[in-house]
Amino acid sequence: MSVVTVQLGQCGNQVGQELFGIICSDAQEGQRKTYSAASCERFFHQTAHGDFVARAVLIDMEPKVINHSMTKAATSGRWRYGDTSHFSQKQGSGNNWANGYCVHGPRHREVVEELVRREVERCDRLAGLMAVMSVAGGTGSGVGTYVTQCLRDIYQKSFILNHLTWPYGTGEVIVQNYNSVLTLAHLYQLSDAILVHENDTVHRICSQLLNIKHISFSDVNRVIAHQLGSVLQPALTADSHGAYSRNPLGELVSTLACHPEYKLLNVCTIPQMPSSSIAYSTFSWPGLLKHLRQMLISNSKMEEGIDWQVRPPAGSEQTRSLTGASFNTSLANLLILRGKDVYSAETDGFEDPALYSSWLSSKEAFNLWKSPVPFNKYEKSATLVSNSQALLRPLDNMVGKAWNMFASRAYIHQYIKFGISEEDFLDSFTSLEQVVASYSQLC
Amino acid sequence: MTQSVVVQVGQCGNQVGCRFWDLALREHSHVNKKGLYDEALSSFFRNVDSRKGDGRTCGVGGRIQHLKARAVLVDMEEGVVNEILQGPLREVFDSTQLLTDVSGSGNNWAVGHMTYGSAYREQIVEKLRRAAEHCDCLQCFFLIHSMGGGTGSGLGTRVLSLLEEEFPEVCRIVTSIYPSAEDDVITSPYNSVLAMRELTEHADCVLPVENQSLVDIVSKIQHMSHGAKPGQVIRRDSAIISGRGGLSAAEKPFDAMNNIVANLLLSITSSARFEGSLNMDLNEIAMNLVPFPRLHYLVPSLTPLYTLADVSVPTRRLDQMFSDAFSKDHQLIRADPKRSLYLACALMVRGNVQVSDLRRNIERLRPSLPFVSWNQEGWKTGLCSVPPVGHSHSLLALANNTCVKPTFVELRERFTKLYRKKAHLHHYLHVEGMEQSCFSEAIASLGSLIEEYHHLDATKGTLMPDAPRLSISR
Repeated sequence: MSVVTVQLGQCGNQVGQELFGIICSDAQEGQRKTYSAASCERFFHQTAHGDFVARAVLIDMEPKVINHSMTKAATSGRWRYGDTSHFSQKQGSGNNWANGYCVHGPRHREVVEELVRREVERCDRLAGLMAVMSVAGGTGSGVGTYVTQCLRDIYQKSFILNHLTWPYGTGEVIVQNYNSVLTLAHLYQLSDAILVHENDTVHRICSQLLNIKHISFSDVNRVIAHQLGSVLQPALTADSHGAYSRNPLGELVSTLACHPEYKLLNVCTIPQMPSSSIAYSTFSWPGLLKHLRQMLISNSKMEEGIDWQVRPPAGSEQTRSLTGASFNTSLANLLILRGKDVYSAETDGFEDPALYSSWLSSKEAFNLWKSPVPFNKYEKSATLVSNSQALLRPLDNMVGKAWNMFASRAYIHQYIKFGISEEDFLDSFTSLEQVVASYSQLC
Repeated sequence: MTQSVVVQVGQCGNQVGCRFWDLALREHSHVNKKGLYDEALSSFFRNVDSRKGDGRTCGVGGRIQHLKARAVLVDMEEGVVNEILQGPLREVFDSTQLLTDVSGSGNNWAVGHMTYGSAYREQIVEKLRRAAEHCDCLQCFFLIHSMGGGTGSGLGTRVLSLLEEEFPEVCRIVTSIYPSAEDDVITSPYNSVLAMRELTEHADCVLPVENQSLVDIVSKIQHMSHGAKPGQVIRRDSAIISGRGGLSAAEKPFDAMNNIVANLLLSITSSARFEGSLNMDLNEIAMNLVPFPRLHYLVPSLTPLYTLADVSVPTRRLDQMFSDAFSKDHQLIRADPKRSLYLACALMVRGNVQVSDLRRNIERLRPSLPFVSWNQEGWKTGLCSVPPVGHSHSLLALANNTCVKPTFVELRERFTKLYRKKAHLHHYLHVEGMEQSCFSEAIASLGSLIEEYHHLDATKGTLMPDAPRLSISR
């Protein structure tokens, strides 16, 4: 089964390009026919000449980024984008969610739907749709939300996953918190699951784990693509009976997003290091998993500065409230192991009921995917997708800052101009406060 | 790719505009080595095949035939425009883009705004429409004018309201040159205050530039280049007052000052013209920097003002560039943004600078810069990969900052001094369509603008409690 990716806006089109690049080079590495065939069916279709063409639609309101991504893909020599699978306009959405959602989106609805439909019809079976976008700007967030809404209308029974890049806390777009609040509040009603990468976290991974001195956006995007790729590449799941799973989005969503109030997914991957160091490092599954588990419960999003003091609460409710401050409660976790000796890895640590909410048994809350094929040059690697309180604080911050700005009505006139009213803002704030409350009361 | 049209009005507007076109050509010829008419060129120039004679525009991708500026030149005297038409830039304009009269506005806002504004209304609109029709996606009008005289300030602001009427969707960014306190035009306070009301009501963004700041920067650079110590020689094509490499060789007295403003326009449009890892479109400027519709005065500062001939310690110099952008000496109006309150700030970087450099410098500078309580993280950034000619990198900071207030207060004082005695008032009231209420309304508009800045200023330093959040019932 195949996944159709919709790349939206500057960020979406850059991240998407890196993602397909990593998936393609990983699949073509070495002699592993089944893995590579499964991966290719999922993300590419082959032309009569044997070219790999990404199952992707590229959408932006200005042409520069799309042109750049298409050229970069074509010059890789391994894969390319479809010649006619892109749509761009001349003038961007100007960082204004309302401009994207109320103006650009409706204006180009038919063209975009047609492009997606063509890509969907090219699949033997559709596993689902993945929209890749940021929440800060105008096109990714505004047009992205509108397009997700159209896709939801047309493909009512398909899985729709949104991959969102959350902006740096400061310095990208001044109205980013408004745009984020409007995007998240709407997507929460439309999407099956929302997979989030925070730029700040990824930036820290680049500087502290990968030792990159001058971090560029492509460095950041490559880390996102690496983590996302390790989730989406073929793996053996509990239900796949020894063959590579055929329904990646469906299984991801059904294992992790089991309640409509809880849809925010966070990803951590271990190990991550400069490619020059990989050859000189050895990894053991117990070591990797011990670190990853502590990263989960102490909510440190990378393998550096982990707080080893945090322990899961033992037994009674009373102790829970004592240790509870920094402990990260999970609703559901999906652990994906790739590489050598993967069948020997012990994952008991993740099955501890103390990690999870009281109303879902750890048997249902924890899932494990495995693949003996090493991913992206790492001999062994583990990725954890978790539906937990990990995104509570950044979400709360985002809503809080937007609310503060809203209290003085700053910038609201820019949104009203395009048809978003103060009531629309209030509705979005209300629904996100509900999400914040739900996650903070998770126990 | 989008296009923009430059509208230059009055003597000052046309002189600055002229420098802009010269330096824009220099910049593009530096980057564009193949002689092809590319997207970047198309944003400000048309490519016209003169052999066909119908003046039709050739598409992007072909060879450069004949570049025509996307500009409309308006002046009520002939002097400056004639000079342009006899100078090296004559090829870039044709007669259909020009509008002149012979008698001038006599430093009288009312003559420019009312008399000429009504007489030439049709012709101006016609020329603007023609320029707009040549664009396939018109994004922005750049109006360049001065505040002190009659034509730039009066007719310039009339053109602004015509733009709003005719092209309500297209962004209007105005570069306004404010007169020095010792201006030789006696009526300049009247003209400026009358023009201010129009700017406040009809522009999307105004980039105020003070004559005196330009004078100060020019003399500082000239001082550096003459009295320089060994090892501190300025590269001659790098100073932002330099026009070297441009078409006009002999430099006129105001050229150095006008080059600074031209560089400001080159920087602000760079991200719309060239590629970069973080594009900043022109319509993002108002969206990010204007929290309330009337408070759209953005104080510009440009760094570096020059580069030294010998190249060493690049990182420190890069960080220095960021520090300089916030120092008093680099602002294009006489103001100290660090001592006032920031509503929002944009950093538009050109050249070999990475996102990590940006982040490091924002983190470093943030503690020393006061921001309004609800916009503590009010930074907008853009990265354009093509640096200006002669530099490896450059920075334009645009600050929406209450430091514009003193300039406006001073203007109001000078206005009041004249107005109290009703000095020169009759020259204005003679003009048809001009009434005394125009004066009282203009000064009231300026007063309320000052008041708005004042209210924000008053919140500085006081710790504002967070707004109480919506509560969710369990």
